[in-house]
This record gives sequence, structure tokens and C-alpha cells, in this order.
Amino acid sequence: MAVTLTVNGESRRIDLPDDTPLLWALRDGLNLTGTKFGCGVAACGACTVHLEGVAVRSCQTALGDVAGASVTTIEGLGSPASLNAVQAAWIDNQVAQCGYCQSGQIMQAASLLAQNPNPTLTEIDEAMSGNLCRCGTYPRIQAAVLDASRRLKEV
Amino acid sequence: MASLRKIARRTFLIGSAAIAGGVAFGVWRYKTPYANPIAGAGIGAITPYVLIDPQGVTIITPRAEMGQGIQSTLAALVAEELDLPWEQVRVMHGPPAKAYYNGAMLEDGVPFAPTDESWMADLAREAMAIPGKFLALQATGGSTSIPDGYEKMRAAGAVARAALIAAAAERLGVDAQGLSTQGGAVVAPDGTRLPYTELAVAAAAAELPDTPPLKPRSEWKLLGKSLPRVDMVAKSTGTEVYAGDIRLPGMKFATVKMNPALGAAMNGFDASAAMAMPGVEKIIPLDGGVAVVAATTWHAIQAAEAITFDWAAADYPANSDEMRAQVAASFVPDSLDATNRDEGDVSSMGAEVFEAEYLVPHLAHATMEPMQAAAHLVGGKLTVWVGTQFPGLAQKFAAKAAGVAESDVELHTTAMGGGFGRRGEVDATTYAAQIAKAMEGTPVLVTWSREEDMTHDMYRPMAIGRVRAALKDGRIDSFDFATASSSIMETLAGRVGLPLMGPDATLAQGAWEQPYGFANYRVSTYRAPRTVPLGFWRSVGASVNVFFHESAVDELAHLAAADPLAFRLAQIKHEPSRKVLEAVAEMSSWGTPRPGRALGLAFAMSFGVPTAEVIEVAQTSDGVRITGAWAAVDVGVALDPHNIQAQVSGAMVYGLSAAVRGEITFADGRVEQQNFWDYEPLRLSQVPDIQVRVLESGGKIRGIGEPGTPPAAPALANALFKLTGKRVRSLPLSKEFDFA
Repeated sequence: MAVTLTVNGESRRIDLPDDTPLLWALRDGLNLTGTKFGCGVAACGACTVHLEGVAVRSCQTALGDVAGASVTTIEGLGSPASLNAVQAAWIDNQVAQCGYCQSGQIMQAASLLAQNPNPTLTEIDEAMSGNLCRCGTYPRIQAAVLDASRRLKEV
Repeated sequence: MASLRKIARRTFLIGSAAIAGGVAFGVWRYKTPYANPIAGAGIGAITPYVLIDPQGVTIITPRAEMGQGIQSTLAALVAEELDLPWEQVRVMHGPPAKAYYNGAMLEDGVPFAPTDESWMADLAREAMAIPGKFLALQATGGSTSIPDGYEKMRAAGAVARAALIAAAAERLGVDAQGLSTQGGAVVAPDGTRLPYTELAVAAAAAELPDTPPLKPRSEWKLLGKSLPRVDMVAKSTGTEVYAGDIRLPGMKFATVKMNPALGAAMNGFDASAAMAMPGVEKIIPLDGGVAVVAATTWHAIQAAEAITFDWAAADYPANSDEMRAQVAASFVPDSLDATNRDEGDVSSMGAEVFEAEYLVPHLAHATMEPMQAAAHLVGGKLTVWVGTQFPGLAQKFAAKAAGVAESDVELHTTAMGGGFGRRGEVDATTYAAQIAKAMEGTPVLVTWSREEDMTHDMYRPMAIGRVRAALKDGRIDSFDFATASSSIMETLAGRVGLPLMGPDATLAQGAWEQPYGFANYRVSTYRAPRTVPLGFWRSVGASVNVFFHESAVDELAHLAAADPLAFRLAQIKHEPSRKVLEAVAEMSSWGTPRPGRALGLAFAMSFGVPTAEVIEVAQTSDGVRITGAWAAVDVGVALDPHNIQAQVSGAMVYGLSAAVRGEITFADGRVEQQNFWDYEPLRLSQVPDIQVRVLESGGKIRGIGEPGTPPAAPALANALFKLTGKRVRSLPLSKEFDFA
């Protein structure tokens, strides 16, 4: 019942049933714990990862459905030693408080910017409103998305 | 400085004998699956707050990080006196230990009015004596970490610096007077630099000096500045470690399913279907429910759903209407908990009396991270990883649950995905220890489903407020405020097995300490019968009473045909309180006409912090929209302005989320709300830009984790009244208004 897929650029074989949500295959199967469990019903966005470069809720993505696909998690986006532009913007804007939702927020923002390098405030509202934050970091998330947009243009 | 010197010597003295004997602070025994900053030789543990090893300096910040940035600010207090550059600062939480008792919880954790300190302070201490028994633990809460740490963390840094200088003087054979510190090193007059890392062992072995004088504020390099938080990189790269991120070889994943009738027993269960499901390893009966252990968390949650239960019934009223009737029936002399304030004579009110009744519902904490804890019992030793606001209490309960001595429990306090009071509870820790015992030798991670978390919280109580008031010459002449709810402390006392005597001061929080100068002013609290488990919810009683109090003050302002700002300013004499009102008025351009929009104002003193907030609302084709938010606070001394702004801004969003849609209801003894789709906090598109101004009166330093929350709900309700002419006296507001 093993499923093979590409995770953060590496081919990984996961020995879990096909109907296991990708979230738990990543967290409990591969020990990639940067992706968080928040609700299990796609209501909070904490589990957001990229599937073929596009943000999806990994709690609602069955492992069997992504066989052979390419998945990127927060660990694959960048690391403390090699930050992605979105992560750098998050740090410079001092966005996080408890931080638990921020992996999902960053993955959602990175996906938005990949598709729309110059989002308006309304477009940011629309793209980011599926991601809950209980600490209320929203104003800084908005500022960081705009900042990341500027950074990505300079690269 | 006499008392400080005493504290320093009692708390910080670590001679070599103490370390060897393990008497006072022999607690430097860490084993973590992630970075172990003090493993190996050559460790210098100078004071319980400063550890130096060959790699550098680690500051122990024994208050839990749940998002409030406390570990960064506590570290900055030590680093300031230690002359340690911010880039060199490393931080860890530290173990449960008596050395880390929160003194402010005991002595100053109660809110008392700075304007009337003498009698209120006494009353507060008296009323909180029993809570003090619980809180005389290593505790993070009550906005106390900064008041508690302000002097002692700086003293820890200053003592460590003096010890390092003394060690350097001996090494160099020079007089200590000529030595200075800079960049993490002691510097001699000839420019010789001795890094702290080379001096640590000698410094730790010597008897510590008395606490030297602390730096005057004019010499601060770190404090008073907005510093990058020490946890920011980890939290932006998915590398922060929460309890659920602990991974050990052979780890199994578990969940729990407890009786939805809170606290009631389990008569029986049938797990035959669950046991046949893939990945399921073990079903463990617990007191009032079961745990399922499986190959992944998801398999455990799926299997738990497949178990059929015979649950015992709840011992409290079946639904919210019945609970509300109980609270409403509690405004009788027999249920009077305390008269917390009584000035003048409220019985002198004439015939022209304003009367209003307000209501707030039960609320869940709904932290982003559901309850989680990891535990491993092997060879009679239990290791627990949990994000907890009360590590000492968690350790005690874990020991009992696993049947081991407290000294055989090693508890690691991890980062928390939100606390808000929920992580002061020990239920998740207790279950993890019980499961670890049943799975002896196997490390287990226990994660609750969101539904389990939502339906098994310790809730913010439902409460009713009643106000009778009379105006005279355009001012409030009499204000008789009564509030009723079940007692948080009563249910907490039951959970931790201690008797509760005397009144519950949390019932009066946010009502009795307001600096209004009404001639006749009474605050009474009534205790409704115990129903469901109740807990501390960010700002506790103030989250309830400030909505009642500030809604009533606003209603009276309109009744007096007065401007709500001028009305408050005319009746508040406390200068820092007036200044936050004036500041928020200026920030929000109060008084400037804004067609189609309206402003609402609320003020509260809570946790000693005067806080004024203004909310702007607009009617749009999609419904009411919150279009602006401003706050001004006075914390006495602002150690990290950006972090304070973030706390106030976030606390406002927390309060607004509850005000707009927050409600936990009961039916058939069970919580009806399950997940974020039916207990939905505000989302990004619903939250406006939020401006926060931090004032410093120079008075007593205050904590800021909570004071931003209480005024948010009344400011919004007052704005909606201004916009629509409709006064809503019960929360959540979405029952009466359509929000965009």
C-alpha cells in the first residue's frame, strides 16, 4: 500500500494506506512536522502545503491521490540558513506570535505570489482569508505579503 | 535596593556546593530530542537564569512562550545588564523549579486600582489568598511575567556580570574596578578581551557578589527598543518545536475521546469495530473516556470515532437556556459573593433610574494548536513534553497519573500554539501520562481532534450584568453594578483537589477597579451554581465585566446627550487613564464627521493597565464591516514597543472575534459547537488596520498580554449603536447584526 511521491525535491516512499490524509503522512509518516494540524476539515489553513506549486489543504488531500506528484512543505520552501523571500518578509515584519498557523500562512502567501506577483489588498484578503490566526497577526500578515511581493520583484 | 539584594542572594546564589549537592538549584539536567544547549563539560550555571557553555550564553526565561513574546523580553532584561549583544542571546524555558516561582502572581497578580491602592490592594490580596495557593507555582498568566521579572531578571544579569568580572580580575591579577564588559567579553584596560565562555566555570564556582546597582534607563541599549524576537526565525521556517512536533524512535500516535457530558463517567464502550481498523494498536480506558493508540494520529482519530459509548449523564443543567435561568436567579442576597466596592450610597437613587441587563455566553479558548502532549515512561522514569502555563502543576499531575514520584518526572515546556489560559489546565498532560503508563517503554504523542478540543474546554463562564444608574447634572451620580456567573475558582479548586474558601475575586475583575469617580458607586458579585468546568480565558473576569460596565457608561452618555469621550473624561480623574483616552481620540480623529461610518469608544483598567479603544464600523452592501481600530495603553515602562503593540492588537482581535461570533452553547448536556466552521474567529478580510500607541506614565511596570481584550467588545457594540441606533446588550453581536 506504499505510495511514492516527491517531497521537497526528494522521492519518498510512504507506507501508509491510500486514504491517509497527506497531512498525517507528512507529520507522522515522514516526521516533517513543520506542517500543522489545526482543524482536520479545511477550515483553518494551518496544514497548507504546495501540490505542484499550488496551495492545498493537506488535511483534505488523500495520500493515494498525490502518488507521483510533487509536494512542497514549509521545510522545502526555505530554511533558517536559506530563507525564501516570503519567509524573510515574515521575519522582517515580525509577523508571528504563537507561530502555529504561520507555516500555513507562509505557504498560502507563497502560492498567491507565485500566481499573482502584484496582489492588491483585496486579492490578499481573498487569498489569505482561509487561513485562521488566533493571535490576530492579520495586519502584519498583510504587510508581509506586500513586502514579499516587492522582494520577489527585486530578485 | 535592600530587598533586591536579599532576593538576589536568596534566589541567585549558586555556590559550587549547591551544585554538587543538588540542594538549591541542582536542576540542570536536561535531555531533549532537539538542541541540548548545556550538554557537555565546562558549563557555568551562573544564577538560575544564566548558563554559559563553550558555545555561548543561554538565558533561562522560565515563563512559557505562547505567542506573547515573553521569552524575548525576559532575555533582554538579563542581556541588558550582562552587556550581551542581542545576536548572541540564546534562550530556553528551563525546568519546573521552585526557583522560578512567579512572585507577582502571589503578590501583585490581582488587579487593584492604582488610584485607590491602599484598601483595594488589601482586599485583593485577601480575596486571592486561595488562588494564590495554586499560583505559587511556576506560572505564566495574569499578565504578570513582566512585573515579576522586571527587577529579578535584570538583577540576574547584573550578578552574573559581576561574577564574570571578578573571575577575570583574578585571572588577570588586576583590580576589578578597571575592567569593563562589551560584546560578551570582559575587557581589560589594555584591550585584552576575555570572552564570557572562558570565564564561566570560574565565575560559577565562586560565591556570587551582592547585586550591583542596575543600569539607569538612560544607559539601556536593548530595553525600550523593539527587538527581533528570538523565536521569529523558527516560527517562520516550520522549525519551532511544539509538543506535537516531538518525535522519538518507535513513537506511537494517540488521541482521546472523553464523555461529551463534561466530567461525567463512562459506563462502558464497544471498541470491536475500532480494533479491526488499520493501524490501531491499543484502546486504553481512561477515567471518563478512552485513548486510542495507532500508527498515525489520523488512524487514532478515525478509530476513536468508530467506538460506541455508554456515557453517564451530565450533572449540570442540560442546556444554555437553563444555565442562563440559573445565573439570572442568582441576584439574591444568599448568592452574594462579595461587595467589592461601595462608595457613597447607591440606595439614594431617585425615580429617574436607568436600568439595563447584559449577557455574555460561554466561550472556548480555541487555541490554534489543539491540546497535545508527548510522554515516555521507561524504567520508572517519566518524560513529558507539553506546552504548559503551569509546569509545576503539570509535573505533579503527570507523576500521579503514571504512578511515579514527582522527582521521577522530567517535564519539558515546549512552545505553545496559543494559550489564552487554556494551557494552565493539566488534562492533556494527565492523559498523556496515563497513556504512557499503559504503553510503558513506548513513547506516545497524544493529539486531540479539534472537535475534542472544542467540546472539552474549560470555558469562559456565561455571565449576566445588571446596572442601575442615575444621572445628575450630565454626569453619572449613582452607579450600581452587579454581575453574576458561576465561579471559575470553584471549578478549578475541584479539578486540582483543593478546598476553596472565601469569595472569588475573578468575578469582580474589570468592574471594581475602574477609576471613575461616580459619587455613589457599588460593585457586587453574585455566584451562580456550578455547572460546566470553567477556566481562565484571556483577561478572565474583565472579558465579562468590561462589556457590561462600558456598555452601560456609553448608554448613560447618550442618555445625557453627551459625547462619550467627554463624558468619560469628565468623570475620570486618574491622569494616565485620561491620557490614554485623549490619545485614542487623537489617533482615531474622534469627533470628525464620517458619513456612513461610526466610532465606538470603550475604556478599561485591567491588570493595572489603563486601556482605551476605538472601533470604526461601516454599513456596506455585504453587511457591517469593521473598518478601523485604535488603542492606547499605559504600561508604566515599555520594554519592547513593537511587541507591546502586537499584544494589544492581537488581544483586540481576540476580543472582537468573541464579540462578533463567539458563543459556546449546550444541548443535552453537550457542547454544540464542533470546529472552526461553527466557532469561527475573525478572518483576515474582517480585520482592519489596527493602530496602537504605547504610553509610559513611569508608574509601576505592567504586563500586556491581556489588557487589550476587554474593551474590544463594548467598543464594537458602542460603535454599532452609533451607526444603527440599535443597542445590543448581549453577545455575540452577529445574532443582531449581519457582518461582512
